Amino acid sequence: MENIVIIGNGISGITAARHIRKKSNLNITVISSETKYFFSRTALMYIYMGHMKFEHTQPYEPWFWEKNRINLIQDYVETIDFKNKSLSLKNGQPVKYDKLILAVGSKPNKFGWPGQDLKGVQGLYSYQDLLELEENTKNGIKRAVIVGGGLIGIELAEMLLSRNYPVTFLVREESFWGNILPKEDSELIMRHMAEHHVDLKTETELKEIIPDSNGRVKSIITNNGEEIECELVGLTAGVSPNINFLKNSELDLDKGILINEFLETNQKDVYAIGDCAQFKQHPKKDRKPIEQVWYTGRMMGETVANTVCGKKLAYNPGHWFNSAKFFDIEYQTYGWVFNKALENEEHFFWQDKTGKIAIRLAYDKNSRLFHGINTYGIRMRHHAFDK
Amino acid sequence: MRTLQKIGLIIFIIGITIFTFSPFIGSYKVTDDILKTGLSEQQYANLSKKLNEKLVGQTFSFAWQISSVFVNEYELKNEEFKSKEEWDKVMYDNPQEVALSLTKSSATGFYATNILLFFLLSFGFGVLGAIMYFLPDVILLGPPGIKNNHIYRRPSTNRGLIAYFVFAYLIGFYILLYFYPAQLTNQILLVDPLSLLLNGNPASRWFLYGVLYCTVMLTMGVRMYIKYRNNKYQIFRTTSVLFFQVAFAFLIPELLIRFNMPSMDFKNAWPLNYSFFFDWNIDNLLNSGAIGAFMLFWGIVLTLIIVPVFSYFYGKRWYCSWVCGCGGLAETLGDPYRQHSNKTLKAWKFERWIVHGVLVFAVVMTGAALYTFFTNQNTLLGIDTYSIQKAYGFLIGSIFAGVIGTGFYPIFGNRVWCRFGCPLAAYIGIIQRFKSRFRITTNGGQCISCGNCSTYCEQGIDVRWYAQRGENIVRASCVGCGVCSAVCPRGVLKLENGPEQDRIIENPIIIGNDGIKLNL
Repeated sequence: MENIVIIGNGISGITAARHIRKKSNLNITVISSETKYFFSRTALMYIYMGHMKFEHTQPYEPWFWEKNRINLIQDYVETIDFKNKSLSLKNGQPVKYDKLILAVGSKPNKFGWPGQDLKGVQGLYSYQDLLELEENTKNGIKRAVIVGGGLIGIELAEMLLSRNYPVTFLVREESFWGNILPKEDSELIMRHMAEHHVDLKTETELKEIIPDSNGRVKSIITNNGEEIECELVGLTAGVSPNINFLKNSELDLDKGILINEFLETNQKDVYAIGDCAQFKQHPKKDRKPIEQVWYTGRMMGETVANTVCGKKLAYNPGHWFNSAKFFDIEYQTYGWVFNKALENEEHFFWQDKTGKIAIRLAYDKNSRLFHGINTYGIRMRHHAFDK
Repeated sequence: MRTLQKIGLIIFIIGITIFTFSPFIGSYKVTDDILKTGLSEQQYANLSKKLNEKLVGQTFSFAWQISSVFVNEYELKNEEFKSKEEWDKVMYDNPQEVALSLTKSSATGFYATNILLFFLLSFGFGVLGAIMYFLPDVILLGPPGIKNNHIYRRPSTNRGLIAYFVFAYLIGFYILLYFYPAQLTNQILLVDPLSLLLNGNPASRWFLYGVLYCTVMLTMGVRMYIKYRNNKYQIFRTTSVLFFQVAFAFLIPELLIRFNMPSMDFKNAWPLNYSFFFDWNIDNLLNSGAIGAFMLFWGIVLTLIIVPVFSYFYGKRWYCSWVCGCGGLAETLGDPYRQHSNKTLKAWKFERWIVHGVLVFAVVMTGAALYTFFTNQNTLLGIDTYSIQKAYGFLIGSIFAGVIGTGFYPIFGNRVWCRFGCPLAAYIGIIQRFKSRFRITTNGGQCISCGNCSTYCEQGIDVRWYAQRGENIVRASCVGCGVCSAVCPRGVLKLENGPEQDRIIENPIIIGNDGIKLNL
């Protein structure tokens, strides 16, 4: 029986494992250094806020893995010997594979800021990051500075504010998530952030993080020269593939692990999926080579399971969709809505009196062809857009 | 604002302390007159001599001093009759109940003459303090939205010491209420004026329970209105359960008594209302003229037609989350504890056995009761039908529904009774599972498996299991409270009524991935 080994137990790796089990009797092993059981990364914020405990973020009970004969190893893969098809682990015995799926995820970006490795400076991606945040705030803090205005940044702001820690939020663009959201959309979110007492500083970048005598963050300096005292710095300026341990191997890398439309790497029987994967050329021309989203990770997991089980399948995601929640405002998007209307494109924008509910439609000026929709505070039906 | 909350909390604690410790601030004086009016002729004849010796003329500080003497003498006398085989002389009343009527009428002194004052100090302070505690949340909790911050960081809602204290308090209260009501003499006295006003009689323990039930639900209802003010469905169903509790479960039955009619909670359907088909109830209704006949008719129509028809159209929620009193308490007093329901597969298996077991028990017991009613035979297959009723009343009616059902809130979640014990829920659950238009849909591929839905499902349904597979949720136990949908951060879950076709998706795929097709 073939041994399928999956590195990474996030949504991509675990979806692959589950679907391989559905389709086959192959031996499945999942290796992760982060946690023993799969948990939902997107729910880390709720643990900190006290909505859930860690075990609630685990979608399957422990018996599930044994029942489905999915072998879990909690260890760190140090190197991969692609010729002999073998992995060396930090603690355990080497593991042999016949087919290998790399679903190693990503890590928070650090752009070489002075002081970025000080105590009290951290990202928010892994379970360990959550533990670190608890540790960093266990005695209470007077202020936190969050750098990078995207989805993780606003989640981190919500987490810290739930414990009444004041938050200053540095955003490089003119407005929050301005590289994705059109102006009115972004303003709607910014009004809501202000309502939640987020101190938002747009067009502001981090220049330097200043330590105190214990090597702990004391303050930060912005590109405008302003110094802000703080005891925590959240680095949430995006994530990048977690591929350091693969450098200097035969694996073809760029920013991520390079793959073709079948999610195959340049090594035989080695596949890459999820956050860490980078398409040499994405099978859909409107999509980016790296998409670090829950949904695409899951779809790649479903797809690779077919290939591994002998039904070679190209990755073919449907229309783009995504969702998020900004404090109390739910956001959904289907199709493409860019921050500025494309040539030949018009946008329709409506918001209600409260300024918390809104719709934006993007469509072709001439043909009236629908391109995409953003909604705020309105739940749309996915099926209606998946045709 | 926080100061206001703290003052409110203190006032609330004063109120509930006075309520709890009121038995320690009374005095009781038994007279022969009290015995004469409080006891039946037979009881008086049997017991007056001993009671005169041991009780009359003395002043006691505690009601239990009187009730323990009385119950003891009562039982001694009965044993004496039984040993002499003088069966016609044995007294069949509940001695605890009789003791309560004695302790109530023998209450005297400052407490008994200032009932209104103590009512205000206990009920008044309790409600005022609680409202003062809840109202500032309108501002403190920030803009409308999901307000679950710190639930797992506070001992009161995370099975901490406070939760265990409330657990013990509730269980203690229910045990006294059901089995030792004389201990609650002073609390029952508090609601005497209200009882006289409404039904014309002094308060029974059930009247106290009714007043408490309504007060707690209304007060905690204020909390619900604040917490869920972003969500129309939550506001609607909170209003609905409050209305049905106050009007149908409390006011109408009390007023019926006032007008010398049989008392009835018109929304309480058999088999939750398990004594409806007992021979004494049917006899009582049949002897009460047109209104009694209508009540009998209504009770049968409610169970056999209204419940299934409404459940076909709306699912279980129309009863369990909009109308039912047990559900009403669970959704108001119990809301802070909803996250404690057990979500494991094991718990689900246990649930199916026990809840359907109770339904079978209720059907068998009612069948036996009807057999007795129609044939006047007290034994069926060698078993005394009254003993089945008694066993059911004790095990299910009192222990399961009351002591466990509410007492377990702070540790095991707010729907323990509804999920594991309620025979009506089992009955409607079967309809909901197999013949209903209700389902919760899971909006394609939007689920991120975060687990909020499962965590806050009071019925212990692992909602996420379905949501992350893109599968509709069609489960017998779902009471349609809508909280899974409310807490979902991605707009995945929606409570819907629709055609039965495709309600249950046998082989779900998650949409959004064009590479994956059914039967590929």
